[in-house]
Amino acid sequence: MSDTAAVTAPAIDSRPGVAARAVGLRKFYGLGDAVVAALDGVTIDFVAGEFTAVMGPSGSGKSTLMHCMAALDTANGGEVFLGDQQLSGLGDKQLTVLRRDKIGFVFQAYNLVPTLTAQENIELPLSIAGRRPDPAWFDQVIDTIGLRDRLKHRPNELSGGQQQRVACARALVSRPEIVFADEPTGNLDSASGAEVLGFLRRSVDDHQQTIVMVTHDPIAAGYTDRVVFLDDGVVVDELRAPTADAVLEKMKVLSARTVAGTAAGT
Amino acid sequence: MRRVTWRNLVARKVRLALSAFAIVLGVAFVAGSFIFTDALGGAFNGIIKGTTADVEVAPTGAGDFTSFGQDARTIPADVVHELAALPGAADAHGTVEVQGVYVISKQDKLIGGNGPPGLAFDYDETTAITGEPILTREHGALPRGEAQIALDEATADKAGYRIGDEVTLVTPGKNPTMKATLTGIVKFGSEGGLVGATLTIFDEQALQDMFFEGKDVFTSISLTAADGVSQQQLSAAANKVLPDGVVAQTGDAVAQKNEDAIGEALGFINTFLLIFAGVSMVVGTFLIINTFSILVAQRSRELALLRALGASKRQVNRAVLTEALVVGLFGSIVGIAMGYLLAIGLKTLFGAIGLDLAGADLPIQPRTVVVSLVVGLFVTLLAAYLPARRASRIAPVAAMRDDVALPESTVRRRLLIGSGLVLLGVAAMVTGFIGEGGVGLSLIGGGMLAVLVGTSLVSPVVGRPVIVGLGAVYRRVFGTVGVLAKENSLRNPRRTAATASALMIGLTLVALMSILGASAKKSTDQAIDESLTAELIVSNAVAQDFSPQIAEQIRDVDGVASVAQFRQAGPKVEGDQVYVGATDPAALATALNLPMAAGGLSALDDSSVLVSSNAAKGQGYEVGDTVAMKFPKLTDKLTVAGIYPSGGALFTDYLVTLDAMEQGGYAPRDSLLYITKEPAASERQVRAGIDKVLAGNPTVTLKNQKEFADEQKQQINQLLAIVYALLGLAVIIAVLGIVNTLALSVIERTREVGLLRAVGMSRRQLRRMVRLESVAIAVLGAVLGVALGIAFGIALQRALADQGIDVLSVPWVQLVIFVLVSAVVGVLAAVLPARRAAKLDVLRAITTE
Repeated sequence: MSDTAAVTAPAIDSRPGVAARAVGLRKFYGLGDAVVAALDGVTIDFVAGEFTAVMGPSGSGKSTLMHCMAALDTANGGEVFLGDQQLSGLGDKQLTVLRRDKIGFVFQAYNLVPTLTAQENIELPLSIAGRRPDPAWFDQVIDTIGLRDRLKHRPNELSGGQQQRVACARALVSRPEIVFADEPTGNLDSASGAEVLGFLRRSVDDHQQTIVMVTHDPIAAGYTDRVVFLDDGVVVDELRAPTADAVLEKMKVLSARTVAGTAAGT
Repeated sequence: MRRVTWRNLVARKVRLALSAFAIVLGVAFVAGSFIFTDALGGAFNGIIKGTTADVEVAPTGAGDFTSFGQDARTIPADVVHELAALPGAADAHGTVEVQGVYVISKQDKLIGGNGPPGLAFDYDETTAITGEPILTREHGALPRGEAQIALDEATADKAGYRIGDEVTLVTPGKNPTMKATLTGIVKFGSEGGLVGATLTIFDEQALQDMFFEGKDVFTSISLTAADGVSQQQLSAAANKVLPDGVVAQTGDAVAQKNEDAIGEALGFINTFLLIFAGVSMVVGTFLIINTFSILVAQRSRELALLRALGASKRQVNRAVLTEALVVGLFGSIVGIAMGYLLAIGLKTLFGAIGLDLAGADLPIQPRTVVVSLVVGLFVTLLAAYLPARRASRIAPVAAMRDDVALPESTVRRRLLIGSGLVLLGVAAMVTGFIGEGGVGLSLIGGGMLAVLVGTSLVSPVVGRPVIVGLGAVYRRVFGTVGVLAKENSLRNPRRTAATASALMIGLTLVALMSILGASAKKSTDQAIDESLTAELIVSNAVAQDFSPQIAEQIRDVDGVASVAQFRQAGPKVEGDQVYVGATDPAALATALNLPMAAGGLSALDDSSVLVSSNAAKGQGYEVGDTVAMKFPKLTDKLTVAGIYPSGGALFTDYLVTLDAMEQGGYAPRDSLLYITKEPAASERQVRAGIDKVLAGNPTVTLKNQKEFADEQKQQINQLLAIVYALLGLAVIIAVLGIVNTLALSVIERTREVGLLRAVGMSRRQLRRMVRLESVAIAVLGAVLGVALGIAFGIALQRALADQGIDVLSVPWVQLVIFVLVSAVVGVLAAVLPARRAAKLDVLRAITTE
């Protein structure tokens, strides 16, 4: 991957290699004087085949960014592209199909339908669309998550780490263009978290899967190719080939700046 | 705690409103039944009091409101003069009363009928015990002679007659149809209400000429007491001068006796309605139990928090029960108001079939309010008690845990209790079938209830195969959405089962009735097919007997070989009124093919009686025994000459000769004529001839065998329609239960709905998922209900085989339709919950706590 891919330059339409792109994205909450800008003009590209982490303090807008990019929420301004598909103007039906066919999700918790077995959960997005998974690819995904012997189990018979691995498998099995992961290790102990992150890393390395992960854990961010830092609804910095220490260092600087900024503002 | 309770009530108003609505419907049924029967009773009591004078003189035992068969006894005119001469009597009025005189409207339609009597009597201004005259002349003049009549206002209005018009009448006397000029309009009592009965007023002489062969006789005498003379004194004085067989009774006693008799008869209607009220209450109970269980389950963490903060078990328990109390009270009060509306509906319904209550009040008596409140509150509290107790058992530490599981009584205990109840119920039913009369019936009813409740307890287990079977279909047809729907209905088997059980109860009864109805219809067909040899039948259209002149005239029609007259009345055997038929045995033998169990039809003569196998079994009769039958005029000792099978073409319990019945004191009135034609005659020609005889008389109709069977089946259908309509309410409550359960499930699964939407489930698929779950619940209830209904139906048919339902017919197609309709009902029940699920905002749903 070349360095030039990670630019915050104005949009250039459907450039190859960009899996998702936000241009001048704005999102407000509240009304009148109480309006808070969760996203205040975010422009960013997520490069295909890359594992990107979005970081920032609470309220920085990182989750909102992900929700808007993943067709779960609509922005108040700006544009979102998934591949060359522009999201604004799409109705609920089209957004639903988009989520089903082009996007994979891993949430922090409650990722699985409790009444379905692990296998049924993994196949869910495909079966909703009335399709069957590609058996070879399905086998490969199952082997990668290492839960072949637990496929017939219901979620409540799986550990938290196993549940998240099943969720990852579900996100990958339909070969989406991009996977959004919202604090996927937030509820896990470090060993289980490492398993899940290792699995995500491998799917990027072995299968060129594009993954965007929201996290506030520097160790998790250390598994990625690139870390984007958000604060007050704008992109403030980024780091390539991060290590956990480098990320931690960057965060310290950022939070000091925020505190200073807040102090100066008052 | 009180404030917490109140807040909860307000916060969950929609869900509670649904349970409250179940109570409203149940209580409305209870209150409506009472209000309606009170209104009915009030109207009848008004008539009774309005027609009763200070002292009433009549042949012994005559004039009972519930007597069956026209009493032919009379009192000679000199008795009236003798009574008028009594020092205590201010006035003595001899009344000539005849039943079965009907007014035919200008459009050739019969006015009244189907229960309410068509009365004819002479004009009577005697003051009734109400203080009002029995009749007052409103307009025009009083009638003179056989060609003039007066009518009561309501009858004249309904028939469209005005003073001066020529009125067509049907009478049971020598002129089956006649015409007379309307000279005046009379008013009955002060209110004028006659509950659908019609009044035709003739002058005294005309009535005597037409119905009593011109003899100067009366059917009863009304005495008015002189000033200062009490009813008792006058009645005692009158009894001293009266001939044998005629007695005087005080007006109060007569009114009381008749009011009691009416009360008893109306009690049956009340019981009938209350049974359905009970069914809806039981169904409502399921709905309330379910709602409170779900509410408590959803709030288990909050309740645990209250416990952790120091609330005692009892306080938690009481908090839940207080909610139930408020819901129950609210539901009951609204229910009573709805009951009033229901009573208006019933009044209209009964008005449509001839029981005209237009002038009657709908009284809400304190008893109605008290019973409705008690029933409503009791049911609600009972239904809320179980979930409340479970809620209070939540350990305080549960508040801190992430997933709070309510302590559930083990499945095994449920199974044990449920199976126990089913066995107990079956045992009670079996005992009930062996037992006799009221005890047997209540054992059967109680047994059915026990089986129903027991089945609903075990239904989480026995219902599983149904859902799994349906799930296999779902998977095949609807794929993943179907699988999800099936899994959702299995994830809380108790809730699904309780919701389905409510529908099960309604459908059990619907299926049961459809089987009994089909069996009754098939039995009717078979009875007519096997035993009716007469080609044509003349029967009364209005449950009132007709003039024997009709039989005489039909005998003269060309091609008629034989006419068998059939009459019915209710004399007493050992103090109980019995159902007795009378006929000419020789004529009946050609009309009916009557296989005798013992003795023979030809052995019947004026001093003997034939008995049905039921009566023989009940009373232990054998051929040669003597039956003492108390007719109005005399008690006849009749020898049992034969026993015929019950439930066949001959539907009375006893059969005597026409003469025996006439000598006993019943006026000669036919209720059925069996007509056999000469072999060579064509049915069409004979029909045409008879039609000519019957022309202008809409109270009797001519039918061939098939039409006769159809007419009887039509009556069964009408009864079924009423029962279905009343059961419909229970089904509505059950459907509300499904709506409630689904709505609550959707709320509970908000997060899951969000997840499904996020991974690409469309709104349509989501709606379909909810709909399929709803259909699964409805079909489960329907399948269990129909299965139980079939079992109960076959059992009851066997039990009633003696009563004429001797052929079993299971209407399979209809039963399958019930299940299919239930599935459709499931689709409808899911409309709102599905819409609600589909409307959930994906992001908010998935991030919900």
